[in-house]
Amino acid sequence: MKKKSIIPGFGLSMGITVAMLSLIILIPLASVLAYSFRLSWGEFIDLITRPNVVQAFATSIGCALIAAVLNCIFGVILAWVLVRYDFPGKRLMDGMIELPFALPTAVAGITLTKMYSDSGFLGRLLESMGIKAAYSKTGIVIAMIFIGIPFVVRAIQPVLEKLPDTYEEAAAMLGASRFTTFWKVVFPEIRPALLTGFGLALARGIGEYGSVIYISGNSEKNGTQVVSYIIMQKLNSGNVDYEGAAAIALVLLIISFLMLFLINIIQHIASRRTNA
Amino acid sequence: MKKNNWIRKTTVAALTVACLATSLTGCGNKKEDGTITFTNVSYDPTREFYAAYNEMFTAHYKEETGNDIELVQSHGGSGSQARSVIEGNDADVVTLALAHDVTAIENAGLIDAGWLDEFDRNSSPYTSTIVFLVHSGNEKGIQDWQDLTKEGVEIITPDPKSSGGACWNFLAAWYYAKMQFNGDEAKMKEFVAKIYDNVLVMDSGARGATTTFVENGQGDVLIAWENEALLTLKEYPGEYELVTPSVSILAEPSVAIVDENADKNGTQEIAKDYLEFLYTPEAQRLAGEHYYRPSDEAILNEFADTFDLTVNMCTIDDFGGWDQAYEDFFADDAIFDEIYGN
Repeated sequence: MKKKSIIPGFGLSMGITVAMLSLIILIPLASVLAYSFRLSWGEFIDLITRPNVVQAFATSIGCALIAAVLNCIFGVILAWVLVRYDFPGKRLMDGMIELPFALPTAVAGITLTKMYSDSGFLGRLLESMGIKAAYSKTGIVIAMIFIGIPFVVRAIQPVLEKLPDTYEEAAAMLGASRFTTFWKVVFPEIRPALLTGFGLALARGIGEYGSVIYISGNSEKNGTQVVSYIIMQKLNSGNVDYEGAAAIALVLLIISFLMLFLINIIQHIASRRTNA
Repeated sequence: MKKNNWIRKTTVAALTVACLATSLTGCGNKKEDGTITFTNVSYDPTREFYAAYNEMFTAHYKEETGNDIELVQSHGGSGSQARSVIEGNDADVVTLALAHDVTAIENAGLIDAGWLDEFDRNSSPYTSTIVFLVHSGNEKGIQDWQDLTKEGVEIITPDPKSSGGACWNFLAAWYYAKMQFNGDEAKMKEFVAKIYDNVLVMDSGARGATTTFVENGQGDVLIAWENEALLTLKEYPGEYELVTPSVSILAEPSVAIVDENADKNGTQEIAKDYLEFLYTPEAQRLAGEHYYRPSDEAILNEFADTFDLTVNMCTIDDFGGWDQAYEDFFADDAIFDEIYGN
């Protein structure tokens, strides 16, 4: 028999938790499942293996992966700078990290497009180097980096803050080079948090709509249609196709879930090794 | 015993939250003292027109009945607006970009059959057509659909699979090809495929395409609704030119009463009045001033300076109506999929 918890309020708080989860997450997601089941198995397979759908999945996942990796690299550096150094404007910079959360994604999308199109300020610069930013996959990656960066920084920051200087001092005293200190001492400590940030940024990127559709150009020929665009296509066109949209959404959901699950497993194995 | 207790507590808590949630959502429908709230769900480019029209109608209504009326406008992509009404947006009337979107609401049981004949001229108080917008000077020499197939011409047009307005663009091009090749379907497909090969950016909606062309400076030519093109000319004087192709399509935006909602809200009569008033000479002129072609011939002629009245226009009936056109061209694996894409 389990002992009664000494912290009161379990019933109430658990009740609220279950109710919120059901109302906000579980029931809506279940309805996605229910809608997609209205298609027969053959129709379902037919739909999700259509060339434009497969291509959209490749684009979404591929770009989100690239963006998440880049976010991890720059996220670590950003978090490092914000935690380890003092400089004027640090608080301001720290606050800026969260702007992508607060800004409506459509605003971000339109602004990024304007900046990175070949008539825009940054786009012209890239164009002169032979890189076409807006209306290409590069543009999609840029938008996904924008929306994903806070996840990585905010995941790593607290861990870096708690990491005592003594570790690095000890490493230095024992003769480790700066690189070795980072790679063998600091990095293993932030790796779980980095994986979490990676997973969140990846999941967000795969499902992103608002900021991506403006900069991508949505061209089937250039392979710049993302999955969320295909879903909206099904819903916005004259023939509203709920079942088709739900079916694609379901596949997206499963892929995202599997990826997050995989990341959790990696994290679990890694933490067991470091704690052993 | 303990376990039962836990379940009971959890259930009570869950029910409390559920009740709270339902009671919160329940308090949105209250009507204020005597003032009637009336909602018109429309599509993107009509924003400015309806803002002006609503002012006109509010004054008219006050004069007729002595009552105040509060008009609510809602704008967005035509297809998604239709969907929002189907999903429960409490619209009293809809004024959408194409009949097909209204039919979708009819099929959901919210609009009575026969709406197309409820108001004059196919329930289209104003119309528009598809034109080209080019940069000042028209360097690529774009005069007609033929010129859009030339190599190196970059075209901006929205995606017909997600934008109702874009369907008109496609059909206009198709009609030109039909005239040109006497209905030889293989050649027509090849022709339209060439146009779509030149499409540089395919936005999800008409407003988005205008932004891409005007704000972001992409492409040589924008295939656009005439009203959007004329509005751009006015807002950016000297920067753009409007080219009217020899053949185009008569775009008939449709208006309808959402009977189910109007009956429930007791606004059936106001709805009828609101939509009929669109056909009065003053409202027709207002539409003309906002670059929609008044459907009233006499008033349309007053705007002969604004609109090119010589265009040879086909209508959706040439394609067998919207349902047929959608099936033939824009459904999965239909003609658009065949010529565009990989």
